Formats: sequence, structure tokens, C-alpha cells
Amino acid sequence: MTARRINVIWAVLLLATALTWWLGESGSATRAELASAAIVLGLSALKGALIVLDYMELRHAPALWRRLLLGWLAAVVLLLLAASAWHAR
Amino acid sequence: MTGAATAALPLPPAPDTPQAPAQRLPGDLVVWLLVLLELLTFGMLFVAFAGARLRDPALFAAGQATLDLNSGALNTVLLVSASACAARALHAVRASHSRAGARWLLAALAFGLGFLGVKSLEYVHKWQEGLDVAENTFAMLYVGLTGFHFLHAAVGCLLFALLWAPTRRGAYGPGNCHALETVTVFWHMVDLLWMVLFPLVYVLR
Repeated sequence: MTARRINVIWAVLLLATALTWWLGESGSATRAELASAAIVLGLSALKGALIVLDYMELRHAPALWRRLLLGWLAAVVLLLLAASAWHAR
Repeated sequence: MTGAATAALPLPPAPDTPQAPAQRLPGDLVVWLLVLLELLTFGMLFVAFAGARLRDPALFAAGQATLDLNSGALNTVLLVSASACAARALHAVRASHSRAGARWLLAALAFGLGFLGVKSLEYVHKWQEGLDVAENTFAMLYVGLTGFHFLHAAVGCLLFALLWAPTRRGAYGPGNCHALETVTVFWHMVDLLWMVLFPLVYVLR
């Protein structure tokens, strides 16, 4: 883990946040569009994965922990996506 | 000394030296167990929020309309930046730059306190608007979910504050930053939870 890598991830996290904010601001999430919800949740998953793998350093840790945390992230995001899909039906 | 006598002596705990890149869990195992517990607890709260929204979309739409997206986005920026600074602090300490590490830790604390400040303002506004936590499911889940998260962020800030002086003194260094790793793991959990909370509560309607 280099300082540069930490900074790059910081920039990516900020960019993903800006994108999420813009999607919220544009109102597409309010119109309950499933595609918009999927993008927003996808961005959450991306940000979460970066935090888990790089900031929490699980990329170089025993696989069990990496799988537990990424598994949690995937399960939560999928459940929330399912809720959005149900709402949009 | 016979082999049997030395074998009966308890071994001292292994020093916290970095092993080969493939297999190392940073920080204390206890914090990771705590992380798992909190992820499960918040996971249930997230699902409860989404589920309650499905059951009463109108109530949640009305409630979420009173929330400030900009404040939520700002808070995301603050938390993410605190995490980045915490990571930089750990990196500096591992490279024997304790003074720089302490400065990064202070920056992380500042961002964390910023989050608590913005969130507190939001709660004050909500209280002035007459939000009653017992009034309806939305209010209860909004306050419960974000409030529980707020407490965790506050603990994270406290941990940063507690570790600042030892870090500056040079108490930690390469192969000896167990406490710092533990605290940063806890903070990254706070950030990780918000990565789901922010879209769930502030964006998705």
C-alpha cells in the first residue's frame, strides 16, 4: 500500500460520491427508476469494496475475512436492489 | 533445563511483525469480531428500513423529502476523507514517519468531527421541524439507524484522539502499530457502513 494508492482510492471514492449525489439530485432515484437504483447501489458496492480491500487491507489477509466482508456487502446491496425492484414493479 | 520443562513454559505472544503479503489481518482480532457483529446489526437495520419503505412508500417518501441530500453527500465526503487520512497515518507510521503520521491522524480526527458536526446540525433541524422519533416508522428508523451510526463515528473520533499523542511521541513504528491498525480498522467500518446508509436513506426513494 503506497501513499499514492491511498490517494488514488480517495479520489475514486470522492468521484463515486459525486456521481451518487448527482443521481440523487437529478431526481431519477426519486422517480423510482430501477436502473438508477442499480447504478447507485453499484457505486456503493464499488466504494465498499475499495474500503474493504484496500483501506482495511483485506486484499492481503486470510481469504476468510475478505469473503466475509465482501459477502456481507454483496448480500446487503442485492437485498436493497431487490427491495427497489419490488417497489418499481 | 530439560526439553519437557521448557515445553511447559507458556510462549510469549509473537511480535507483531508483518508476514508475507498473502496472509495478514491488521490490528487486533477482537476488532474484526466487532466489525462482523456491527455489519450484521446494521445489515438488519438496513433491510428493516428498506422493508418498512416497501410497506409504507408514501410515509417514507414524505419523510425522505425532508432530508437534505447535500448534507448527506457532504458527510460522505467527510467520512471518506477521514478514512483516507487514517490510511495515510498508518502508512506514515509504518515508514517510521511518526510526526507525519500524527498530522494525518489529526486530519482524520478533524474530518470525523466535521461529520459529527454536520450530522448534529441535521438532527437539530429535524428536532426544530418537530420530528418525533416515536411518531412513525420512518422517524424511528431514520433516528435509530443514523443515530446508532453517529455513536460509532463518535467512538471512532475518540479513538483517533486517544492515539494522537502516542503516535506523535513515536510510540508506534514499523512492525509495532497494532493499536493504530486496530483503530483504523474500526474507523473504516464506520465509513463502510455509511457507504450503504447514505444511498439507502438519502438517495433511493
